[in-house]
Amino acid sequence: MQTGKILGISGPTVSVDLKGLKLYERVFVGHGLLTGEVVRLERSHAVIQVYEETRGLGVGEPVKGLGMPLTVRLGPGLIGGMYDGLQRPLERMRKEMGPFIRVWKEMYGLDYMKRWDFIPSVKPGDELQYGMIIGEIQEGAFKHYLMCGSEQGTVARIASGDISLDEPFGEFTGGLEIPGCHEWPVRMPRPYRKKFAPVTPLVTGQRIIDFLFPLARGGAAIIPGGFGTGKTIFEQSVAKFADVDIVVYVGCGERGNEMADLIAEFDELEDPWTKRRLRDRTILVVNTSNMPVAAREASIYTAVTMAEYYRDMGYNVLFLADSLSRWAEALREISTSLEEMPGEEGYPTYLASRLSSFIERAGVVETMNGRIGSLSMILSVSPPGGDFTEPVTQACLRTTGAFFMLDTSLAHRRHFPAINWFQSYSLYAGDLSEHYCREVAPEWEELRRRCNQILQQEESVREVAEIVGIEGLQDADRLVMRVAERIRTEFLGQNAYSDDAFSPPDKTLVLIRSIVEYHDRAAERLKQGATLDEAMKGEQ
Amino acid sequence: MRLSEHTYRTISTIAGPLLFVKRVQAARIGEVVRVVMPDGRSTDAEVLEIDGETVLVEVYGTTQGVDIEKTTVTFTDAIKKVPLSPEIIGRIFNGSFLPKDGAPLFIPEKWMPLTGAPMNPAARARPADFIETGITAIDGLNTLVRGQKLPIFSCAGLPSKEVVAFILRNARLAQADRSFVVVFAALGLTFHEYSFYQRVLDEMRTGFVAFVNMADEPVMERLLAPRFALTVAEYLAFEKNMDVLVIITDMTNYCDALREISTAREELPGRRGYPGYMYSDLASLYERAGRIRDRDGSVTMLPVVTMPEDDITHPIPDLTGYITEGQIVLSRELHQKGVSPPVDVLPSLSRLMQKGIGEGRTRADHRNTANHLYKYYAKGRDLRRLEAIVGRDGMTKADLPMLDFADAFEQEIIGQGAARRTVQESLDAGLVLMKKYSLEVK
Repeated sequence: MQTGKILGISGPTVSVDLKGLKLYERVFVGHGLLTGEVVRLERSHAVIQVYEETRGLGVGEPVKGLGMPLTVRLGPGLIGGMYDGLQRPLERMRKEMGPFIRVWKEMYGLDYMKRWDFIPSVKPGDELQYGMIIGEIQEGAFKHYLMCGSEQGTVARIASGDISLDEPFGEFTGGLEIPGCHEWPVRMPRPYRKKFAPVTPLVTGQRIIDFLFPLARGGAAIIPGGFGTGKTIFEQSVAKFADVDIVVYVGCGERGNEMADLIAEFDELEDPWTKRRLRDRTILVVNTSNMPVAAREASIYTAVTMAEYYRDMGYNVLFLADSLSRWAEALREISTSLEEMPGEEGYPTYLASRLSSFIERAGVVETMNGRIGSLSMILSVSPPGGDFTEPVTQACLRTTGAFFMLDTSLAHRRHFPAINWFQSYSLYAGDLSEHYCREVAPEWEELRRRCNQILQQEESVREVAEIVGIEGLQDADRLVMRVAERIRTEFLGQNAYSDDAFSPPDKTLVLIRSIVEYHDRAAERLKQGATLDEAMKGEQ
Repeated sequence: MRLSEHTYRTISTIAGPLLFVKRVQAARIGEVVRVVMPDGRSTDAEVLEIDGETVLVEVYGTTQGVDIEKTTVTFTDAIKKVPLSPEIIGRIFNGSFLPKDGAPLFIPEKWMPLTGAPMNPAARARPADFIETGITAIDGLNTLVRGQKLPIFSCAGLPSKEVVAFILRNARLAQADRSFVVVFAALGLTFHEYSFYQRVLDEMRTGFVAFVNMADEPVMERLLAPRFALTVAEYLAFEKNMDVLVIITDMTNYCDALREISTAREELPGRRGYPGYMYSDLASLYERAGRIRDRDGSVTMLPVVTMPEDDITHPIPDLTGYITEGQIVLSRELHQKGVSPPVDVLPSLSRLMQKGIGEGRTRADHRNTANHLYKYYAKGRDLRRLEAIVGRDGMTKADLPMLDFADAFEQEIIGQGAARRTVQESLDAGLVLMKKYSLEVK
């Protein structure tokens, strides 16, 4: 390992005189061994982005290159854990250094002491290649399939039964160990054999999503909204109720109290699909807004790599990030300290390409071991001033397939989820409606059309009403307004704090069907000459 | 680490609050520097940036009187720390931690770094204990809980300081045996405002600590004072198990100071000239509110933000709203109608309300009552627009009570005047009013 010295420091970036570094190589900086990453190389010096607080760092302190990029450790024991942006276990940090993160130190995300029961599925003489399954471990409720890492060859010996990650799981001919876990560079997508178009729905339990703007497994959606419009509550509701195997939730530059609340809630609540504790299917990555800004930039990569790892075992994984804007701001802050030429609103010009290559990590794939796994993404965006023309929202729109627009005026009226039903869209709706028609009810698509129609009619009737007054409207139009109100309050609105927080597709269907049928019957009575009150009364 | 002081007389450039010092050995980022001027006056400074042997130093006070030839710069090899002791309660300091009340500085029991350290999210306790402020718009509709940060968004000319004073006088914790210690940070305050707050603090029975930076005092101190205040608050809360209420007024002056310093540093400006890192910087203050598992104390924060041009999308209220757990918005329209306190409940929000209310905390019907009040008031406000176009005669019979309810709600429920209401009284008043206008509560 080579050592050098710090030449200069400016905010989170440090220049060093170390020779022979590679771009994006991981570096230990200073006496405190702060983690950094090489972001620029020049003949005379290298520039390092430090993931931790640089206060107190001095010129002349030593710097060491590690010869490898920033990685995460992948192996059994990640589920149920809570990590910072560099995959350090926050719970263990609390036990070792108290409630405040004062000293940063190297800590691994995996517990190397924990005992597991390993059932091998290969035998001596088998040829192992990258991504092949060597055996399984029961990790909570999940079968954790151990996959072959970059070490490949013919199996000479394979362990079985009680084992910890500290021990070799086997040996290749030639003496190379088969490890139980491996490291993977966070900025490199994990390989797969083949990608498929997303055609099966991801049921979120949120009626407005499942019914009007459905999301597909392997798809990506953004949910932008000003503050107080309910982004976090929405993401958390989805994290609780979505029909997936594993949820990876990233609190990226958000509030500490909210995370504390989320953890407590995940410990208490159960997954409506499997009736197991929510915590037992969730991986949390938390980098609150007051934690170092560069680690915030890395946090979404750390999280998505763990998500891909479980996808590679053939699981359906949902990746939730709250919020992508904080990640983009971290990127901007780092870019500024590198004195790069700024683009729109000071963001670096590579913002859009970084975002799109990140979002492309979602998808349904055939993994290297022939299983089918999916990684879906729901990403919240916090546009400054609630203005959707800003660069982060716009860049996301180009690569995501669904757009759930949060509306400040709905939020002020306490209509939650405050998703605007006119502006939002889902490009998956066409493919998925077939699935819903087949699996839930044949009239799904027709009801969806009617629901949209009534909402549209209400909008135009409302414009007329603003001129002539409600009394001046025809009875049929007033009926539309009443029915639309029912759709808005009873169907689209969903209280996240009540039993209604989760609505499976059959409940969604029953609700909308009863409202649409109610409208049709009342409209029929109106035609036969009944007054509006009579027409509606027959229904109560 | 050098473990010794080094003194230099090698200043090469002076620009505003910034000094470039040449040929410095082994400086550290954030190191405290003492600048002694030719006339013997001295001021503290901090190392901002290091490029080889050239060090950029930022002076906390004024740089008037600093010259290139004779001024000395001493690098102390220490990070800025705050002296702490329980004796700090009852004291008033300026923005550089010098006593403003004439008494000498206490003997510190311990020193803690000014910038604090991020709280481990895994160590935070879920905020859940109700705080009764006596204001219906807050207690009933946007409940404050222990460990929350809830800013007050005001406009120039609105009575934000009266609202703060009301809360200072009336805030009570649910546990009867505990009471608040107030840490008060005044940033860029005019003398007129300061004397108002001083009267309020004097009247209070509970203890307080104040950090006061007046409108004519150094701008750099505006960045320091809230950090002193929060370090003191964390110490009292987490080491001495007290419940601390931190009031910072006015965050708009803080952000303007941040912009001024950032421009002097020749940093790339972001939206409206504020630096791109303002979100992280504000978060480093606001996020210090909270509670810790297995400890009794808490830091609750009520910052005041004056929205420039009454614009809630201005970067200062915007970024604040993204970090804090809700906001209490004051409205000019209500103020003009004579509603006091003029809280507009529609854009106001408390994100932690859900955890602080309900059976065993406030009342079982709290959430439901609040939801109905919101619903009818929002409806009534919508109908007002319609009324302006079609007139009262064009409205349906069903709509009229809602319209009248909205007016009565503003005058009677929100506009409670100087009287303190318990949360029971607040909720009952709401129920009575809905009943009066025959509005159904399901």
